[in-house]
Amino acid sequence: MIAAEDRFKTAAAATPLIGGSTAAQLSLDAHLAEHGSLPTLSARDVVQFAKWAGLTGHGGAGFPLWRKLDAVARSRGRAVVVGNGAEGEPASGKDQWLLTHRPHLVLDGLQLAAQAVGGSDVFLYANELLPLRQLSRVIAERDRAQMDSRSVEVVAAPDAFISGEESSVVSHLSGAVALPRFKQPPVFERGVRGRPTLVSNVETLAHLALIARHGPDWFRRRGTSEQPGTMLFTVTGAVANPGVVEAPHGARLADVIDLAGGATSRLQAVLIGGYHGAWLSPDVAARARVSAADLAPVGASPGAGVVVALGEHACGLMESSRVLGYLAREAAGQCGPCLNGLPRIAELSHALVTRAANPAAVAELHRVAGLIERRGACHHPDGSVRFLRSALRVFCAELELHHRGRCSRTTDDAVLPTPRRSVRDLPRTGS
Amino acid sequence: MTPAQIDTALWDLGRATGVISLALLTAVVALGIVTRSGRPLPGLPRFAVSVVHRAASLLAVTFLGVHIITLTLDPQSQLRWIDSIIPFGSRFRPLWVGLGAAAFDLIVALIVTSLLRHRVGRRIWRAIHWTAYAMWPFAMLHTVGSGTDARAPWMVWFLIGCGVTAFVAFGWRISDRFIDYAERVAGTRIPSAFTRADRTVTVGQLTGMRGQR
Amino acid sequence: MSPKSTKTGPSARRTGPTLAIDWTACDGRGLCAELLPELIKRDDWGFPLIADDAVPAHLLAFAERAVDVCPTLALRLGR
Repeated sequence: MIAAEDRFKTAAAATPLIGGSTAAQLSLDAHLAEHGSLPTLSARDVVQFAKWAGLTGHGGAGFPLWRKLDAVARSRGRAVVVGNGAEGEPASGKDQWLLTHRPHLVLDGLQLAAQAVGGSDVFLYANELLPLRQLSRVIAERDRAQMDSRSVEVVAAPDAFISGEESSVVSHLSGAVALPRFKQPPVFERGVRGRPTLVSNVETLAHLALIARHGPDWFRRRGTSEQPGTMLFTVTGAVANPGVVEAPHGARLADVIDLAGGATSRLQAVLIGGYHGAWLSPDVAARARVSAADLAPVGASPGAGVVVALGEHACGLMESSRVLGYLAREAAGQCGPCLNGLPRIAELSHALVTRAANPAAVAELHRVAGLIERRGACHHPDGSVRFLRSALRVFCAELELHHRGRCSRTTDDAVLPTPRRSVRDLPRTGS
Repeated sequence: MTPAQIDTALWDLGRATGVISLALLTAVVALGIVTRSGRPLPGLPRFAVSVVHRAASLLAVTFLGVHIITLTLDPQSQLRWIDSIIPFGSRFRPLWVGLGAAAFDLIVALIVTSLLRHRVGRRIWRAIHWTAYAMWPFAMLHTVGSGTDARAPWMVWFLIGCGVTAFVAFGWRISDRFIDYAERVAGTRIPSAFTRADRTVTVGQLTGMRGQR
Repeated sequence: MSPKSTKTGPSARRTGPTLAIDWTACDGRGLCAELLPELIKRDDWGFPLIADDAVPAHLLAFAERAVDVCPTLALRLGR
């Protein structure tokens, strides 16, 4: 019989970021009571800890953090460190949850990262719709307690899909508009105002803060050997308790869905990895594990942990088409193939949904998709193409239905959020 | 040759190279505008238009160099070396000669930034290149005002020719469908089905988290 | 999540010169395709399609000219 307190401890052990309760830990006292104080680590220690722990990025790309730290530390110039909490993905809420419930973990991680690269300017790039003043108050409390060696500036990130892309972040912080830039030279060499820049997702920083306290071995106790540790998932759709949950890398997708209360109906498909991710058919989803290695064979990846369960009442084709329209709207508008290809893809997908689908339209969709892949300043076209291909694969039965003028949808409610903001409306602060 | 003959030769050469320079500069500006439009010319693919534009500009600056050197060396012109660089300081017709110096300064900036385009970067190169629209009128006015042949019939026809060429080119430059590639750069239109308001939930509503979308 | 950033890291897997395009600068005017038709084609909308960005030795001079003539400095040659 496990006592209630022990149950919390066990839960907390399994979910170190969320911990025993989902209540917000905004005050410094609450944070220190829960996690203890942050040990002082040298720059080399931080990098070593990150390396031994095998901590990878939680912004979607999954790149080893220690390599980024190392690259920035080696570059010439005073480094800039940015905690990326832009979270432009509409179906993701984990960064938002971290910044409103565990800001101290993120800020601890930011200080550690700054220490590792010898950074002198530290920014927290947070979605403009978040309570930014609350964040500033949290930072002020830390300043009064003299916890941080470097002061942190909160910068509002425009609420747009690509605002969180690494070079968009750098562009915005350099005084220009938050749109991607040409990748040479890389941001770890020349980023914000020409200085070496580290851009790290806020969840990665939160994990770093815990690794500094408990050590790399503690981190490796959960997860897989290639991707140790836990990650946050935003689970929405046909589940009983949609929200942010935490599970180790390599956990069964079915278990992650259960953490959100379990499916409320038979599932037609599961979207993993967000709008640049991929749909999984129900049988694949039932067997799937959420790690890069396990999902690669089915053309997917965990991304930033977005999981959407598509119940039996919705139409996957309509949802996907609507998302493709959203992705076309959210293109930066800088690169020809993307700017021309994504609207064409949206148009063709709309035709599949509303009119009789025909093989020629599907073939054309595949052709245009192949045309825009990897031809842009960022991975917006690539991710959108992956999403499209998975939809055509998983919803081919639905495609057949629509070809005969029918649809399996029995509700008007949209499942996947597609906010109306267009990045082309972004104010240009001068380039 | 006698000193007097040399003087006359320098003077003639100075005037001739001045006329040729203006002709070339007019061609350069016209070709530059064609380059900007993204269109080819009959027999000249787009890259060739660009290459001929650059070649003509180097030729123009060569003739311009001879024009300045011969006229400065000519004792009768009363021109100092500095008068070709710092405008409006010459003894002879300071305003009109000064406009020529101003044009020359701009030409030097244009040529140098263009030769070092990859180093200087797109933004600076474009900013300097815009001044070509000032450079040509300066050159034209300089010819009209300081050229001593300005009244000769052949000169008048020549100036009219240059003027008309430039006028037509400028007019085309500001016309509506000037840019050949405007549509592809503006992008394909997003179907209206995706730009109408649609009922969509936000992740905030789904997860009970306030504040975001 | 928002589009993945390009993976940072030094490893240059290619030896020899390679073509790269700054897509934020490219207007699809096609001067590069005129000068280097063996390597650069144009897509539905006129933008450059490079099948293989490695430049063979016999085309290097043309690649350099194409880079030089690009009106927006979008085409780059990495060594």
